[in-house]
Amino acid sequence: MKPLEILSVAWEGLLTNKLRTLLTMLGVIIGVGAVIMMLAVSAGAQAIVADQIKGLGTNLIFVTPNFTRGGPGGGGSNTFLTMDDVSAIEAQVPGVTGVSTERDASETVRAGSVNLSGVSIVGTTADYPTVRSVGIASGRFFTAQEVTRGTKVAVLGPSLAESLFGSSNPIGQMVLVGNAQLTVIGVTASKGTVGNVDYDSQLYTSLTVVNQRFLPSRLSRIFGSRVSTIFIKVADGTSMDQTIFQTQVLLAKAHNVSLTELPFNVQTQQDVIQTQTATTAAFRALLAWVAAVSLLVGGIGIMNIMLVSVTERTREIGIRQAIGATPTDVRLQFLTEALLLSLVGGALGALGGVGGAWALGRFGSFQTVIVPWSILLAFVSAAAVGIVFGYFPANSAAKLDPIQALRYE
Amino acid sequence: MSQQPLIETLDLVKTYGKGPVQVHALNDVSLRIQTGEFVAIMGSSGSGKSTLMNILGCLDRPTSGRYILAGQDVSDLDAYERAEIRNREIGFVFQSYNLLGRTTALKNVALPLIYSHNGKHAPEVRHKLALEALEAVGLADRADHLPSELSGGQQQRVAIARALINDPLIILADEPTGNLDTAASLEIMSLLHDLHDRGRTIVMVTHEPDLAEHAQRVIHFRDGRVETDKVNGERQAARSAGAH
Repeated sequence: MKPLEILSVAWEGLLTNKLRTLLTMLGVIIGVGAVIMMLAVSAGAQAIVADQIKGLGTNLIFVTPNFTRGGPGGGGSNTFLTMDDVSAIEAQVPGVTGVSTERDASETVRAGSVNLSGVSIVGTTADYPTVRSVGIASGRFFTAQEVTRGTKVAVLGPSLAESLFGSSNPIGQMVLVGNAQLTVIGVTASKGTVGNVDYDSQLYTSLTVVNQRFLPSRLSRIFGSRVSTIFIKVADGTSMDQTIFQTQVLLAKAHNVSLTELPFNVQTQQDVIQTQTATTAAFRALLAWVAAVSLLVGGIGIMNIMLVSVTERTREIGIRQAIGATPTDVRLQFLTEALLLSLVGGALGALGGVGGAWALGRFGSFQTVIVPWSILLAFVSAAAVGIVFGYFPANSAAKLDPIQALRYE
Repeated sequence: MSQQPLIETLDLVKTYGKGPVQVHALNDVSLRIQTGEFVAIMGSSGSGKSTLMNILGCLDRPTSGRYILAGQDVSDLDAYERAEIRNREIGFVFQSYNLLGRTTALKNVALPLIYSHNGKHAPEVRHKLALEALEAVGLADRADHLPSELSGGQQQRVAIARALINDPLIILADEPTGNLDTAASLEIMSLLHDLHDRGRTIVMVTHEPDLAEHAQRVIHFRDGRVETDKVNGERQAARSAGAH
């Protein structure tokens, strides 16, 4: 038999029972689709984080609570970072050009007749523009003193200023943020969107104002002096390792623990990216296992149905043998059916996976990046599954005795 | 007659099972069938006639003895070689037609061509040959029908067209009218007569004496042996009368 004939015989075999064919393919469709979608989501998540971290600017050191070493909730009160740590680092670690921390909120902002809901509010410290490399287009950013005193001032992102005040000068105007009246003292230079954060449409105010006015519960106000991440900007030419070490020593002393028991991570941007990459790699390995298992299940489904199909079509096999089909002809027919099942399933799964990933990115809250090699991988594994799990049923079909097969009812 | 017989069997033995439960389906069966003969094989069930047909059709191999088809010893061929013999030299006609149910009459007829290893038939050629074969059995207008849309007699004619498509040496018909009513039976028998008249060699298994009357020669089987093997006088007479 010529390859084209084998293909057409196998294709007709599959078409004779369309519903069963589709159900059999479902395992492969779901497996392949899931692999592509999950890889797209994980690649998207990685892209966001990498973007965000890069968008923070260079020469940055991050101080974060270390949850695995009895961080917040685990140890005592000295395992939290506080505003005191922020000022201590700024004052005592050499080579530091700026230290900032942030607390975010979301509030309705009103100016005159304009009313914007869900504006992202960034409560931060005076060094924010230095640390985050955000320029000031007009007016000024708030000072350390204004932060300490909780002066009710605000700095607007350029698109937010445009939405609220149009072409008129916003500086000196009042905005109502939630139920707090703030005076606009500056507008930032345009920075655009970096890794999901639109710097241009945010409202910046002091950490103190956010703590006092916009935090959701009384409890958070009590713990208002606690901060999550401290960002340290280091001067060009200063050793990052040196600065990290000095920061660790300072924090250990301030929190009264030994250096080895320090409940904080002090890392550079590169460290964070590396950690993230390692996490993603582990995540991907997990996905690969999930994919392998789902393809295995799909393959067993194919084998199961092919075995049923061989039994059910025993008579057909007998007829084909009687009129001259060799064992190889029969084996190839069923093997090709299994291969077609898995390849068509793989193609449908790839379509579904790419479509699903696109839809998740377009309509869902995920950013997705479709990884081209994941499509190839999924396809090749689907084909392998077809051949491996199709072989046994195909072989049992080829070994049928024509006399027995013809007598089969 | 010094002519080389088309079919020659020498001491064919077929046994099933082992030891005390051993069954001798065929016991030293030696037969010669010439090209152009129309032979009916009769016998009760268990007489060995089906076993003989399976061996003659290269569906099965004898336990011992030789089977020589057109001068070639085919007793010990492997599964692949036997498939090729079945494809080229043997046309099967079964009691239950054995057409592929979800395949049109035309494609059913063309099926043996797909498995022809020596033939280089393009799809158009296969289509043409199959249509000619259907025409020969008077069913060209039913080419695109599924077997379920045809009567029993029509299905059997499709099966005969399929048996003929590779121009085989012998037609092996196993109770070809067993599932048919009288009218359809006569139709099939007259088709077999036509084929015989055009020089085909036909071996037919039946247990209806009426049908055996159609053949030139009737071989009776009992307990795995040839009981009687006689030329059908009436049929011979009819043929010679017709020739005059």
